[in-house]
Amino acid sequence: MSETLSTAGWRAWLLSERPQSALQARLGQAWLSWNAFQRNRLAMLGLALILLLVLVAAFAPWISPYEPNVQNLRLRLQPPGAAHWLGTDELGRDILSRIIHGARITLYIVTLVVVIAAPIGLLVGTVAGYFGGWVDAVLMRLTDIFLAFPRLILALAFVAALGPGIDNAVIAIAITAWPAYARVARAETLTLRRSDFIAAVRIQGAGAFRIIGRHIMPLCLPSVIVRVTLDMAGIILTAAGLGFLGLGAQPPAPEWGAMISTGRAYLLDQWWVATIPGLAICLVSLGFNLLGDGLRDLLDPKRRGG
Amino acid sequence: MAALLNVDNLQVAFRGPRGEVPAVRGVSFSLGREKLGIVGESGSGKSTIGRAILRLLPDSARVTADRLTFEGQDLLGLSPRALRNLRGRHITMVMQDPRYSLNPVLPVGDQIAETLRVHGAGGRGRELYRKVLDILEAVQIRDPERVYRAYPHELSGGMGQRAMIAMMLIADPRLLIADEPTSALDVTVRRQILSILDDLVSRRGMGLILISHDLNLVAGFCDRVLILYAGRVVEEIEARNLHACRHPYSRGLLASLPRLEQPVGELATLQRDPAWLDGPVYRFGEEVSR
Amino acid sequence: MTASPMIVVDDLAVHFGEGRDSVRAVDGVSFQVHEGESYGLVGESGSGKSTVLRVLCGLQQQWQGRVTLAGAPLPKRPRRDFFLRVQMVFQDPYGSLHPRFTIDATLSEPLAIHGIGERRERVHRALEAVGLDPAFRFRFPHQLSGGQRQRVAIARALILEPRVLLLDEPTSALDVSVQAEILNLLARLRREHGLTYLLVSHDLAVVAHLCSRIAVMQGGQLVEQLSVEDLRRGSAATDYTRDLIAASSGEIIAQPAQST
Repeated sequence: MSETLSTAGWRAWLLSERPQSALQARLGQAWLSWNAFQRNRLAMLGLALILLLVLVAAFAPWISPYEPNVQNLRLRLQPPGAAHWLGTDELGRDILSRIIHGARITLYIVTLVVVIAAPIGLLVGTVAGYFGGWVDAVLMRLTDIFLAFPRLILALAFVAALGPGIDNAVIAIAITAWPAYARVARAETLTLRRSDFIAAVRIQGAGAFRIIGRHIMPLCLPSVIVRVTLDMAGIILTAAGLGFLGLGAQPPAPEWGAMISTGRAYLLDQWWVATIPGLAICLVSLGFNLLGDGLRDLLDPKRRGG
Repeated sequence: MAALLNVDNLQVAFRGPRGEVPAVRGVSFSLGREKLGIVGESGSGKSTIGRAILRLLPDSARVTADRLTFEGQDLLGLSPRALRNLRGRHITMVMQDPRYSLNPVLPVGDQIAETLRVHGAGGRGRELYRKVLDILEAVQIRDPERVYRAYPHELSGGMGQRAMIAMMLIADPRLLIADEPTSALDVTVRRQILSILDDLVSRRGMGLILISHDLNLVAGFCDRVLILYAGRVVEEIEARNLHACRHPYSRGLLASLPRLEQPVGELATLQRDPAWLDGPVYRFGEEVSR
Repeated sequence: MTASPMIVVDDLAVHFGEGRDSVRAVDGVSFQVHEGESYGLVGESGSGKSTVLRVLCGLQQQWQGRVTLAGAPLPKRPRRDFFLRVQMVFQDPYGSLHPRFTIDATLSEPLAIHGIGERRERVHRALEAVGLDPAFRFRFPHQLSGGQRQRVAIARALILEPRVLLLDEPTSALDVSVQAEILNLLARLRREHGLTYLLVSHDLAVVAHLCSRIAVMQGGQLVEQLSVEDLRRGSAATDYTRDLIAASSGEIIAQPAQST
């Protein structure tokens, strides 16, 4: 009874028509958005998949039944069974454990790419869009150059130059990812720049960087987040592709793409070695895509019904 | 005179995240071959009425009425196919900004020609071209050949609205619903558009519903006025008697208008009374409680 | 001191575009507005009236001519303290407030830009001055009505305590009953703070209500200046102004019968 009362109290506080602080107002808005998001079942499925990825990655050492890199050549290429739920690979390592630890690598790549690429794209796009003129021309031609190369090829070139390894793969992917975000941010900025509320803050005497940082960026952020989330599947696939080609994570790291690559040799007789990591990549990509679609419906005002 | 349109107890509610929100609450009126004005402030439900008649509301709207008939035909029971036939052919709508209603990638003249063809009044080549020019001239466009070739964004607001009206009238509709047709236009252009509409209505014997927020405009143009408050008609009155309206809401609206001829120190502001939501309403100066 | 000019515009010209496609949006406009006066600019769309406002508040930075504001020449690239003298209220209250900012953030922003302290108190006072309940402080614009938003926009313009307020069609996006409230508010604020108004509108009745002198613009030129009394009498010098007056007053209906 008291518990339902206090939840009701929280709801009332969140939905208050007269919030007492900026924090309460923001939390109330977030609560409304969450309510809207919750109604989208597919997006919730996507969110659940991503949360699963995060949890698995966080608790990998505790939930994996075996050490991911311990070889047991006597038990190599075991089919899925009671001892090894998802079977073993060509060196007798437990595939389930490797998938679980591989989640950490995937999450690491995804996080680093976002942390590097999204701010760069946001900054380049908003600056180009706000200033226009030659600044816009220079920044956008630069963006076009990066956009003109296929992502995997450009990443390959960078890794070839910097040397194989997971960190270089991340840098290479980030370098190929930002131009798309810059384009999105610039398009948003071009419409925002003409709006009255930006004119109003200009005649309050705000400088260009204050306007971009405080007034324009927060409004571009939702589209960039949506774009990044939808891009995530591509980033994971590129990372896996680099791993597959032996240019990403190096053995014996349990990177999913590298696992597929080694499993390729046994595909016809021991299908699980390559298929299981493939399924993992598939599920995580699907999760990000569903989440991205849900976020777009929620955040993008152009798609919202009147 | 047989009524063109009969609306009896029209109710429209929109389903929202916090339950149903009523937008129109029990509106009744009938329309002959006359000019009826529907006036109200934003949120009063005036545009919703026009869209409900044409069945143009989104799926989230629940529309009910004791009676909603056009020339005896029940509008609520029509099949989508019959509805499409009705719209555009017998009932048409003119919106506020013609630039959103015209196809932006086709020259205006081609769009009018296309409409002519759809309605089987086409002809070909030079003949069709002549017909389009005639139609443009009928709405007082002085250089129809330029307008024929122009894209919608190249036209001024008044020109676009004329082209839009021209297109609407090809089908020779019997009812025209104009939703704020002149509020995006300058005052001098506004008068020209209204006189075109007036001329067409009286010559063709059409019915016209003019939906507007502008009391002055409606008073000067329409025969009869419905004043809408919170989805309800609080007053129905002949336009020429609007100055003698009786409902406190109508009176408050009139008093809050600044006037060119009569300066006042402070404008009267409207004090909204919760009782207006269900209180008595006025028809032609008489109090009606319902 | 009442007759000292607050705004002097002399031979102002604004061109858009270059070369053969260049358009003269404003073409040799001159007028003066005295301190504490309320001056109206009327005209139809494309007459250049809004462009004049954008020059005066520093948004339109390419212009020719001489402009003086509050005794100092208008700089081509205004510095920060220029904006303490002049502020603007925009036409569309739905587009002039940042959608992700609470009212508090919107009103604090100009104070933060100019490094002015006591923000809580100033925001509170600004809200009270425009007749808004201080409980609105942490609401977002979409939780307010059009009239309430326009009050916030007025509060934002006044929080820097400017001497000149530029009003760009401040009521044309509002319902008539709300328009009356906003016009009354603007009249009261001018009285209380000794503000100078430059009001742009297409609605002659609104301009006549708020202003003492009116300039009529057409095609980028100022065709006529007249007093509000002349405007009400309809005694204009040019045909164009007479047309405008006729178009506005022709629709005006008779004053409703007097009642209690």
